[in-house]
Amino acid sequence: MTHYLLAVHGPAERNEFGNYGSKQEMEEAFAATGAFNEKLHTDGYWVFAGGLQPASTATVVDGREETPVMTDGPYLETKEVIGGFWVIDAPDLDVALKLAAEGSKACRGKVEVRPFEGLA
Amino acid sequence: MHGETAAVEQVFRQEYGRLIASLVRRFGDIDIAEEAAGEALVAALEKWPESGVPPNPGGWLTITAGNRAIDRIRREKQRDAKHQAALMHQDDTPHEPTGPVEDDRLRLLFTCCHPALAPEARIALTLRLLGGLTVAEIAQAFLVSETTMAQRVTRAKKKIAAAKVPFRVPEAADVPERLGGVLTVLFLIFNEGYLATSDGDPVRADLTREAIRLTRVLRQLLPEEPEVAGLLGLLLLTEARREARVRNGQLVPLDEQDRAGWDRGLIAEGHDLVRECLAINRPGRYQMLAAINAVHTDAPNASDTDWSQVVALYDQLTRLDPSPIVALNRAVAVAELDGPQVALTLIDRLPLTGYHPWHAARADLLRRLGRTAEAKRTYDAAIAATHNSAERAYLSRKRGELLVR
Repeated sequence: MTHYLLAVHGPAERNEFGNYGSKQEMEEAFAATGAFNEKLHTDGYWVFAGGLQPASTATVVDGREETPVMTDGPYLETKEVIGGFWVIDAPDLDVALKLAAEGSKACRGKVEVRPFEGLA
Repeated sequence: MHGETAAVEQVFRQEYGRLIASLVRRFGDIDIAEEAAGEALVAALEKWPESGVPPNPGGWLTITAGNRAIDRIRREKQRDAKHQAALMHQDDTPHEPTGPVEDDRLRLLFTCCHPALAPEARIALTLRLLGGLTVAEIAQAFLVSETTMAQRVTRAKKKIAAAKVPFRVPEAADVPERLGGVLTVLFLIFNEGYLATSDGDPVRADLTREAIRLTRVLRQLLPEEPEVAGLLGLLLLTEARREARVRNGQLVPLDEQDRAGWDRGLIAEGHDLVRECLAINRPGRYQMLAAINAVHTDAPNASDTDWSQVVALYDQLTRLDPSPIVALNRAVAVAELDGPQVALTLIDRLPLTGYHPWHAARADLLRRLGRTAEAKRTYDAAIAATHNSAERAYLSRKRGELLVR
């Protein structure tokens, strides 16, 4: 089994309904995502998942020099940021890609799949 | 001695795809498989010139490479727990079933053509691992530097290992979706064999045969899929003309080929496949190309070719695949029906100045129109754009004939 990060990409700018067009759309996405999370638990792929606050709440820390430097905002200013993620444990990439497709459909966002080199 | 080395290398190359595929299945790691295969080649180069090529060279290479891989894993296991795990895996676990078809190469083929890999990497990996081409040859085929191609192959192999792209034939439900990528790669391998882009052998029968063999295996797996039948038909009808296609190191175009030299067995099989596709009636790109080749191989002489049928099939193909290359081939057929001027007008519009068949087709039409000076220049452009020795020889002859007149 390999751990995979399923990172959900979405617009950096959020409206009052998160990344969604309307309240109804947002609620539908939440319900679908909840159901998908249940499925990950039931099928044994679940490790961890969460939604993130907007990228504007991010702080970049550069501690490579003696005095750490804090910078407000995400590492890269882009129109698309990671809005949330799942960490799953899957036997291979084909399984991870299938789950990512389901997750993408549920949360209505593009999902990037990346294997972990290991877990600490 | 040199001849013996070349003979060993030839055997090695023929066996390479099978060897790598079985090693990958066994050890679950492409790098280990490639290293072990390389060591088996070194061993063969030492032994075979003295002892002679063994009766089953593929078996010999597989056993030798397998032993070398195990030696290597044992040597490294103290300092690398991962390799130890790999050894355990191969010692304890029975081979995973491959599904309906037990063929390591097919399994590796689906891995190499995995949609998570970049399209150009799929072709490169398939040619490297299953076709046994060197990185330099693949680089030349794709007109990129060897460094770039080496990086492309390395990156793809790393992704396969790190992201765990599985080594298996997809489940039946996923096969149709994964099929397009595999067919594309097989077709490109066949084409590389049929008209090698590099300046070595003009025709690489080992590649055309390998593409056909893999397509046959794919057909066993997917007997109901008309595009697989179509691709197989296309490859067989093209392969049937291979022997007649080069004479004295010179490419012989379709209309000048000795049709008695065509392989009637392959043609009959190809025609059967085309008929089967017509009956299924779910047309696709490869089926159309097969049908076009069926018309050509149906004509006892070039002058008997049913060009209106060919153009009609290209019209249908254009609806499925409106690419400029299809338009170019259609225009070549149009020349036979409506004359070279009509065809030239069609061809001149196409954005294919970097594609040598475009120059070759233009040169031929200009020659037929008696525009000799332009034809000469265009033949020069075509010759400059191709590395295939037989094609260069053919184009040079055509250009030379212009000078005589």
